[in-house]
Amino acid sequence: MGLGGYLQLPFAQHALIAGTLIAIISGFIGPFVVARQMAFAVHGAAELSFTGAAAGLVIGNNPVVGALLGSVVVAGLIGVLGEKPRERDSAIGVVLAAGLGLGVFLLSRYHGFSTAATNILFGNIFGVSTGDLLLLVILAVAVLIIMVIIYRPLLFASIDPELAKARGVRTRMLGIVFLVILALTVTEAAQIVGTLLVLSLAITPAAAAQRFAAAPLVVTGLSVGFALMATDGGILLSLGSSSVPPTVYVTGISFAIYLVARLVGPVILRRRRGRLRLHRLHRLESSRSASDV
Amino acid sequence: MEISPGELIAVLGPNGSGKTTLLRVLLGLLRPVSGSVEIQGAPPRPASRNVGYIPQHHDFDAGLPIRGRELVELGLTGHRYGIPWPRRDITEAVDHAISEVGAQGYADAPVGLLSGGEQQRLRIAQALLGDPSVLLCDEPLLALDPRRQQEITELIDRHRTTHNAAVLFVTHEINPILPYVDRVLYLVQGRALLGEPDEVFTKETLSELYGAPVDVLEVNGRLFVISGDEGANHLLGHHHEHDNEEVPWD
Repeated sequence: MGLGGYLQLPFAQHALIAGTLIAIISGFIGPFVVARQMAFAVHGAAELSFTGAAAGLVIGNNPVVGALLGSVVVAGLIGVLGEKPRERDSAIGVVLAAGLGLGVFLLSRYHGFSTAATNILFGNIFGVSTGDLLLLVILAVAVLIIMVIIYRPLLFASIDPELAKARGVRTRMLGIVFLVILALTVTEAAQIVGTLLVLSLAITPAAAAQRFAAAPLVVTGLSVGFALMATDGGILLSLGSSSVPPTVYVTGISFAIYLVARLVGPVILRRRRGRLRLHRLHRLESSRSASDV
Repeated sequence: MEISPGELIAVLGPNGSGKTTLLRVLLGLLRPVSGSVEIQGAPPRPASRNVGYIPQHHDFDAGLPIRGRELVELGLTGHRYGIPWPRRDITEAVDHAISEVGAQGYADAPVGLLSGGEQQRLRIAQALLGDPSVLLCDEPLLALDPRRQQEITELIDRHRTTHNAAVLFVTHEINPILPYVDRVLYLVQGRALLGEPDEVFTKETLSELYGAPVDVLEVNGRLFVISGDEGANHLLGHHHEHDNEEVPWD
């Protein structure tokens, strides 16, 4: 069956819709993850979705709801234990280790299908059910609405927290809201595309976008664009050559975009620095001639 | 203590004497334990438009996804919810503030690429954006060379004179701003002294304030506060303000 044939099938359509939604929200939060130096929090939240999912499996045979509820607990723990930026990474490390240990214990209590357990860790984009998709749509819309609302104060708080506080921005509250959003996004994405893909969608596109542009809205737009290219491109490529799993293509495309950014970035930077130097020279000369008069 | 419109007050004192705490109270971030504070007849609150704030200087990271223009704009709209879509009136106000501080040449560059002096000009544009009647500056000259120190001081002074704004200028060094200072607020270990520079910078007043012998030297119109006896050097020596004051810059 060719690519066109696959696109008629629900599993492929579901995969594309789910991938697109996850790419949009991951790409959207990515620049804030990078600006707030929270890559490790993404990693931690992604891996800890395993514990929540295991708890969901044992208690109610529902890994997705378990993981989502667990992610809110994890965000709260990281927020409370890692309130100071310097403590945050170690707090995440502590919660991560303890959480994974708990997850292993919970899984040892579970006597159902073992694939349900492995899917938690690696996800399966070609196994998205209609129910999964519905939950994802609701979550993605909620995340987008909240992100649009808090975009500007969150940007302010990420760039200059001291001044933001003085201007009445509730930086602590925003930090916790963003942490919960991050945990929800990452967990949901991990359930569907796997822990591995989450990292290459929530961090890599934003890191690449930052090397092309500096205006916040442009960086956000590029980040979403890159995430979409990687996800939908990866899924389509995988459908076209069914022997290679989509994860490989998505991470591959994402990394390739990042490599291009690393190559082109310095050129853009050099041009910018050159313009700045020219401007400074100009100023120096005009101030000299002014003092001569 | 009362500060009038158009007055520039230098706030001096060793580290930990409460200079930044004073600013935080005036910003409405802290409530005074006793006494009361009013700005134009109302208690201070964060996000008030008539108070401009230039925070202590720190360099922005090179990779931050923001340009000078957006940094300045955040001073006006950063506390509002929503997405910062371009709006004509805001863009015009931002352009005006940028040209006021002479930052047109680099307003579109990422802030992380700019020099300390350029970043500080943008911070001033950001603080002046709402035409504040009170300007709080927390060591705006830190880490700048003498020439930039003078430029920045002139910008702040110009806003004071054109807008009749009251300025509180926290600094470790009095000399770069001495020509503009109306009064000095000197804080040492919970004690405060307010007066004109001539009154404050005398051997007698400062010795009494520090509770240890202190000498004040004047060289070419610049003031130097030094410990009057070796044993009391610890009082002054470990605040880097005095390391700076004892070494003339230019």
